[in-house]
Amino acid sequence: MRFTRDHEYIEAGGDLATVGISEHAQQQLGDIVYVELPALGATLKKGDAAAVVESVKAASDVFTPASGEVVAVNDKLGGNPSLVNENAQGDGWLFKLKLSAPGELDGLMDAPAYAEYLKTVE
Amino acid sequence: MNNQGRPTRPAESGAVETRTFTGNRGLDIEEPLLFEIGRVETTGVDFDLAPSHADRLGPHARRDPIGLAGLTEPETMRHYVRLSRKNYAIDSGLYPLGSCTMKHNPRLNEKMARLPGFADVHPLQPVSTVQGALALIQQLAQALMTMTGMSAVAMPPKAGAHGELCGMMAIKAAIAAAGEGATRNVVLVPDSAHGTNPATTALIGFSVRSVPAGADGTVSAEAVRAALGPDVAAIMLTNPNTCGLFEREIVEIAEAVHAAGAYFYCDGANFNAIVGKTRPADLGVDAMHINLHKTFSTPHGGGGPGAGPVVLSQRLAAFAPVPYVIERDGRFDWVEQAQAQELGRMCAFHGQMGMFVRALAFILSHGSDGLRQASEDAVLSANYVRVTLSDLMSAPFGDRPCMHEALFDDSWLKDSAITTLDFAKAMIDEGYHPMTMYFPLVVHGAMLIEPTESESKASLDLFLMTLRDLALRAKRGEVERFLGAPRLAPRRRLDETRAARSPVLRWTAPKFAQAQSPV
Amino acid sequence: MMRYLPLQPEDRATMLARVGVADIDALFADIPEARRLREPLPMPRAMSEPAVERALSALAGRNVAAGSVPFFLGAGAYRHHVPATVDHLIQRSEFLTSYTPYQPEIAQGTLQVLFEFQTQVALLTGMEVANASMYDGSTACGEAMLMAHRVTRRRKAVISGGLHSHYAEVCATLARFAGEEIDLAAPDPLAQEDLVGRIDDQTSCVIVQTPDMFGNLRDLSALAEAAHARGALLIAVFTEVVSLGACRPPGDMGADIVVGEGQSIGNALSFGGPYVGLFATRTKYVRQMPGRLAGQTVDADGRRGFVLTLSTREQHIRREKATSNICTNSGLCALAFSIHLTLLGEAGLRRLAEINHANAVDLAERLEAIPGVELLNKHFFNEFTIRTPRPAAALVEALAGRGIIAGCPVSRLAPDAGLDDLLIVASTETNSDEDRAAFARGLREALS
Repeated sequence: MRFTRDHEYIEAGGDLATVGISEHAQQQLGDIVYVELPALGATLKKGDAAAVVESVKAASDVFTPASGEVVAVNDKLGGNPSLVNENAQGDGWLFKLKLSAPGELDGLMDAPAYAEYLKTVE
Repeated sequence: MNNQGRPTRPAESGAVETRTFTGNRGLDIEEPLLFEIGRVETTGVDFDLAPSHADRLGPHARRDPIGLAGLTEPETMRHYVRLSRKNYAIDSGLYPLGSCTMKHNPRLNEKMARLPGFADVHPLQPVSTVQGALALIQQLAQALMTMTGMSAVAMPPKAGAHGELCGMMAIKAAIAAAGEGATRNVVLVPDSAHGTNPATTALIGFSVRSVPAGADGTVSAEAVRAALGPDVAAIMLTNPNTCGLFEREIVEIAEAVHAAGAYFYCDGANFNAIVGKTRPADLGVDAMHINLHKTFSTPHGGGGPGAGPVVLSQRLAAFAPVPYVIERDGRFDWVEQAQAQELGRMCAFHGQMGMFVRALAFILSHGSDGLRQASEDAVLSANYVRVTLSDLMSAPFGDRPCMHEALFDDSWLKDSAITTLDFAKAMIDEGYHPMTMYFPLVVHGAMLIEPTESESKASLDLFLMTLRDLALRAKRGEVERFLGAPRLAPRRRLDETRAARSPVLRWTAPKFAQAQSPV
Repeated sequence: MMRYLPLQPEDRATMLARVGVADIDALFADIPEARRLREPLPMPRAMSEPAVERALSALAGRNVAAGSVPFFLGAGAYRHHVPATVDHLIQRSEFLTSYTPYQPEIAQGTLQVLFEFQTQVALLTGMEVANASMYDGSTACGEAMLMAHRVTRRRKAVISGGLHSHYAEVCATLARFAGEEIDLAAPDPLAQEDLVGRIDDQTSCVIVQTPDMFGNLRDLSALAEAAHARGALLIAVFTEVVSLGACRPPGDMGADIVVGEGQSIGNALSFGGPYVGLFATRTKYVRQMPGRLAGQTVDADGRRGFVLTLSTREQHIRREKATSNICTNSGLCALAFSIHLTLLGEAGLRRLAEINHANAVDLAERLEAIPGVELLNKHFFNEFTIRTPRPAAALVEALAGRGIIAGCPVSRLAPDAGLDDLLIVASTETNSDEDRAAFARGLREALS
């Protein structure tokens, strides 16, 4: 699992990858009340605003950590956005990408590096 | 002689169960939804007989019931009077909402707006029958131009944000007329701006470039110069700004903006601090909306209506919206169709006449001397608040004087487990409306207090003693008082997460009619 | 002065001393010295309450109040009787002088009213959800167009020639500045236009009004179907909300967004404002809706209560990505609307609508009987259009000279349409039999 400085994570297996927001981001946002997901089949470029995660008083864009085509979105979030709070880096995933440039992941932080990074932003 | 005496002193009482059969608590009476007490057959309005007639509705006649509940007049009165008593109001107490300017609403203004010659006049009546209404609009327009020193004023905008839209459209039209429409499409907006500023900017296809505020809470000319370029159409700057501070470098900023070929839009939400002390025209402003519902005290009414006339500089005057009033040989007339470069229509009819009457009544009542005194009293009161709380609470920008509102942050609460929200909610139990919280966004846990000119010194002193008491309790760690607040209001804290996750935005009839129990 | 300023000179002195400055101008030191006003503004000095009352009453006296004459003007604003209870209640301090309900614990009154208002608007329009109000019908119409662009991700609106011309101009202004396209049909007094043929794959919405500007009732069902078939939304508009007491609601006819002017219920003519914009839509589009929304929830003790909700759509949170820049709306006018509609109830609203229709039919028949006058509408509610043998604007002036406010010449709303002989006439429950007789007599004489 890799992380961005904007607190998204991406977990790749081959050219398929799952994207979500980190446990830390989930905590910062508080109760998630709504998640806006990208359209299936959409082509995203790394850094595009791909989804929106909303709490009562804030709306955060989720930027895709890598480029690719959206091949799945987490439909469960429609009826139950609190999944993001309960398990951001598991059942609370947002969308899956077919990566067009898997090399893009190399520039991202791994878990220990992200943990270090979090210490600097607090 | 009546020898059946009644006790006239309260009995000693220990802990008493406060839960009541009705759920009411003395004067605080629970009120069901209209749809739970009203019936579709019930009405509170009687009508005279209609003439008999042929039906000309044809196939367009309504087929299905509407489902609207009705109440008789006494029931209606009680429903709304009970609901009204669940509201805080400026008439019942100090309302220190920063940026919102909750000042006294004179009832003379209400009376004037209800004169049949203003309230019972149709916007499309022949102009020969509305000369007094047009004269009033002209008189108010003249007063706004005098106070601001500006060349023109667009009266139609219906609220502050609508005024912003009007002013920014005028700027966009002027830029297009100069042939720069394709290249100038960026608007500079400080981080501390009202949300309406970037929203308005985006609405008309401009993009936003943020300008950081300095450590002193104001925007420096240097920061503006760094952000300016040939792609910049305008800057939107609130002055006095949302931190309650006057932008000291405003003249230099205006000069830099103009030198770069851009326009200076001033968000006039806080004009109430400076009326009679300086004029926006003298500061280099090209366009500024004036919230009549703030500066000139037309009532906020639980969220509107407002009115947002926009004053314009000479070079923007040609880009005003229609309609506007002209005077010819002592007679007033409308120009209702856009000519040449005018930007067109922003709303049906002519603007918020009811608000114009109230605002003009306020302006006439105060006069030039009273308007200046009101600004001075508002600023003095805010500084009195600032100084009186400065030893207990933390101010983000040091101890420099403020304008009409005093800003604190939450660093003084840092070690207390109490947030700005908790502190605000505890004020409710003390009988005060909280200050504006978490705005401006650039200040952590912001608390923005605007006392206005409408408070007596005794009222301010009690408010300040209350805040000092709460602040001391917070510092002493009396956490429970804050986290559980409010306890004494009609409702305790409401579950906003639930409201947003599963929105219930209207009443719906219960799916299965339940057997009505007689008890 | 100053009856409105509680601080006394000695208070000011004490407070200045506490603040630690010598005089008040020290607190204004941040204003560049050269830009400070030295002299009082060149305006009159403070006036007493009776003096202000005299001055404003004199201006009011130079206007002809609608209630003082036979009055038949509508065209987007309608004179109706408002029960005395309404104006009393909206002047309750707790409604009149409260702010937007940002602190729900001490604003349940306003919030419950908004929740009830939203329900009333949804029921009236036949829609699923309504917001807590917009500025007026015309700006609600413009916002509906922008919302349709967001929902469909398209940028062209097809606008009916029956839409009130002010509303169409508001849409045109917005579209011009937002860089969007509108396809505006010519004024259509006979409701014969073909809008279906104008819909294409770029069309985000079709905007159509019923009763339309000329008073025609329109069936929107076929248009809604055609719009939906091309992936566009149908926006239905009304300017006379009382019509919904007698006519099929747009929600029944397939509308996706319904907007309109609510002034007729609870609110005075007030020379054009403040009014109250009504805005309703389908639940599936609620997150693209502009404006405030009140929603139901519970408090910490489990008691029912109301809050402003779905605020992440709004400018104070979403800033440049908000669904609209609207902040202040028409709260007090919405309250007036809601109270009046509560007094009416379904039974009263239907009765009110019936009387309006009857009065208009009666007037139409009287006017139609005048030689040279032709009634254009097949179906109408309380407003219709007549063709007159002389320019309507001149007739309106002539009748005003006889103390009759006759209606709105189409030339006032659409001066370049070549429809100078058309007059839009409304008759509500406020007109008496004598009023209508006087109008017919006056018009007959003016034409002879």
